[in-house]
Amino acid sequence: MEAFSALLDALIYTRSRNEKLQLIADYLRAMPDPDRGWALAALTECLDFPAVKSSTIRNLLHERVDPVLWHLSRDFVGDTAETASLLWPAPDQPPSPPPSVSEAVELLSAMTRISVMSELPRLLDRLDAEGRFALLKLATGAMRIGVSARLAKTAFAQAFGVNVEEVEEYWHALAPPYQPLFAWASEGADPPDTGAMPLFRPFMLAHPLEDLELDLADYVAEWKWDGIRVQLVCAGGATRLYSRSGDDITGTFPEVAEALSIPAVLDGELLVRGSHQGGEEGGAASFNALQQRLGRKTVSAKMLAEYPAFVRLYDVLILEGEDQRERPWAERRSVLETLMPRLPRERFDLSAVVEATHFAELAQIRASARDEAIEGLMLKRRDSPYVAGRRVGLWYKWKRDPLLVDCVLMYAQRGNGRRSSFYSDYTFGCWDGDPDEGADLLPVGKAYSGFTDEELKRLDRYVRNHTVNRFGPVRETDRSLVFEVAFDSVHPSKRHKSGLAMRFPRIHRIRWDKPAHEADRIEALQALVKD
Amino acid sequence: MTADVSWIRPEPWGIHVVPADCWIDPSREVPHALVTHGHADHARGGHGRTTATPETLAIMELRYQTREGAQPVQYGETVRLAGRVDATFIPAGHVLGSAQILLEHAGERVIVTGDYKRRPDPTCPPFEVTPCDVFVTEATFGLPVFCHPPIEQEMAKLLKRLSDHPDRCVLVGAYALGKAQRVIAELRRAGHHEPIYLHGALERMCRLYEELGVNLGELRLVTDASKEELRGHIVLCPPGALNDRWSRRLPDPITAMASGWMRVRQRARQRNVELPLVISDHADWGELTRTIEEVNPAESWITHGREEALLRWCQLHQRRARALALIGYEDEDD
Repeated sequence: MEAFSALLDALIYTRSRNEKLQLIADYLRAMPDPDRGWALAALTECLDFPAVKSSTIRNLLHERVDPVLWHLSRDFVGDTAETASLLWPAPDQPPSPPPSVSEAVELLSAMTRISVMSELPRLLDRLDAEGRFALLKLATGAMRIGVSARLAKTAFAQAFGVNVEEVEEYWHALAPPYQPLFAWASEGADPPDTGAMPLFRPFMLAHPLEDLELDLADYVAEWKWDGIRVQLVCAGGATRLYSRSGDDITGTFPEVAEALSIPAVLDGELLVRGSHQGGEEGGAASFNALQQRLGRKTVSAKMLAEYPAFVRLYDVLILEGEDQRERPWAERRSVLETLMPRLPRERFDLSAVVEATHFAELAQIRASARDEAIEGLMLKRRDSPYVAGRRVGLWYKWKRDPLLVDCVLMYAQRGNGRRSSFYSDYTFGCWDGDPDEGADLLPVGKAYSGFTDEELKRLDRYVRNHTVNRFGPVRETDRSLVFEVAFDSVHPSKRHKSGLAMRFPRIHRIRWDKPAHEADRIEALQALVKD
Repeated sequence: MTADVSWIRPEPWGIHVVPADCWIDPSREVPHALVTHGHADHARGGHGRTTATPETLAIMELRYQTREGAQPVQYGETVRLAGRVDATFIPAGHVLGSAQILLEHAGERVIVTGDYKRRPDPTCPPFEVTPCDVFVTEATFGLPVFCHPPIEQEMAKLLKRLSDHPDRCVLVGAYALGKAQRVIAELRRAGHHEPIYLHGALERMCRLYEELGVNLGELRLVTDASKEELRGHIVLCPPGALNDRWSRRLPDPITAMASGWMRVRQRARQRNVELPLVISDHADWGELTRTIEEVNPAESWITHGREEALLRWCQLHQRRARALALIGYEDEDD
């Protein structure tokens, strides 16, 4: 447990992603099985001990510490596990040496809601404050240490020199402490068998197309639909729906999962029925409508009726036991087209190929795409296999040109990591009327990208010299600098005072030359709302 | 025994010693002030007369560029104030020159601690337990979660990180008066005799400590050093300079901060600290409660800090206590 708690603390205080990867990789290489497997499960939040809840910890502490003092402490520290680790009345002599991670996991798994009240204290008595913190984080499952599951898996891949996409592929076939995974990665054993389970397969991704003309004899164009990329997997009698990050979202969109009963792995865009984004079987609504359905654990009948979901298919990875991924796109496409009549039309349609004879024509089609509320075009090499991740030259995304609006810088905040001493996060606003007649600025968005390091230095200096107010880490500026802000779309939002929310806002140009009163008004932004 | 000492009145801007018409650590200008120690929130300038230890007066002179009205009192020495009030300055162990002030009048004894700690500190004499009727105690770290580890452990952490990264430097944020000099003195005690580099804002106070007999070893200014020279060394700066533009001149610094607040992980993260050093010049929860037990006053008055929890502890232990609402004391940069 000492090495694990040292790892957690090091991760908490490390800002750099590379250093985090290094710390986790070092730990995974140095520790024995099954300790490292359990630790990996903890970092990816794949552990669950039903007997240990946050309330269990609170109750245990109430038996040992005055409730008023507990409450005041918890309030100050802001984290139950940490407060408990600091307040735990440790015995003068620990009853036995600290447990290893695997012993702790074994003991925690055996606890019941009743036995936990006597057994968890015995475990806590064996640890120091850092150890208690690590144990309680592990036991309650909510790590909150700035490490995503993906980062932990990337560190695993880095530790043993294997491909992270392969790790992803096997991950879902295994349970903690993942011994077959370690045996495969560190000792070259056979990889786990993934055939008969509804497992997530890593997505093929695209590079942005920058100033490049492609030959349409080699590349085919498709619309880039504005929904969320999903993978549908039917295997061993079960169907699962996965998001781009590999999260299982079957429960959020049950109607989609139920509609696939042919053993297959399909790649597509999840959309909600509506009047934009036309397709063969009817249109789709904007992303904003889909958002009503996202992030829900259960879904009501009303939701299902109001926002019916369907998948617009892009690709087929596996069909009825046949792995299609090595085949060229054109062959996979015809397999998919043959499959379409066997799928319910209500839940599936096919992402159409955009016909164009030469690149200039395609550019014209893309330029006129805005009205259809789509994100742009995808360009796929006709002979490319389906490979995990982003491979140069195979798939390109060619997003439509962004929308632009002139905003005034209002607040700035310091960034993280490399930018920690720079004011690099900017909140900007538009005028709510005529600025020459006393109109005010309303914040419309926040951006922290789109400028060079040199520009950042100048912006940082600007913020420091134009500060009129400070609110903790935030500086309010004198509202004299104009940003040309680029964004993909704008939607009504109740969360912002301006009533609007931008998608992917970034600084397009810094208008050092433009007077603030010439920046845009809110109406200009409102006119760009499409739903 | 009850303690209705009516001749001492806590007011929001300081503690008023009524018969002598003087104030302890007042946050506004008064004709006569008794000052416990040199931190700016306790030692303000502009008083008609200031009674304090010679060290505290020297620190105030450095800050405010004047000795006007200075009345030095040695540790253990008793001075007679107006209205037949006797004042004695007793070591508080907080920073150089810091004192508890014992006030005696009409057979009653009141101690105002200012800030204090109970742990050894090579830069100042230790806190002395002195019996009294009313004990006015600080409560900066007045929550049971605060338990400062032994300073040797924190020094070892700092030196290990330094030797693990010979191409970088460790930048330690430390309060300019007291904390910075204690960290340097403890580094020396731990056997670190390399030059230590200072942010300009720390220089004068370190020099003053040395003039007053605290040996800090070889100190250099960051402004005089090249980036190359700083690799593998410890650099000290005030907490405010940690994430500031100033630090860009350093060779890939590891950001450390020496403060009792570093005990709480989120506090350290909020300040972007990579290496939290739990080092405080204030009493932690164990020291606060032990001190109340040892001094064993008839009543404790609790000031600046988390009064509520210490008040609760006094109740639970059947001790009379009240919280004072004094204003103007800052604790965030400890």
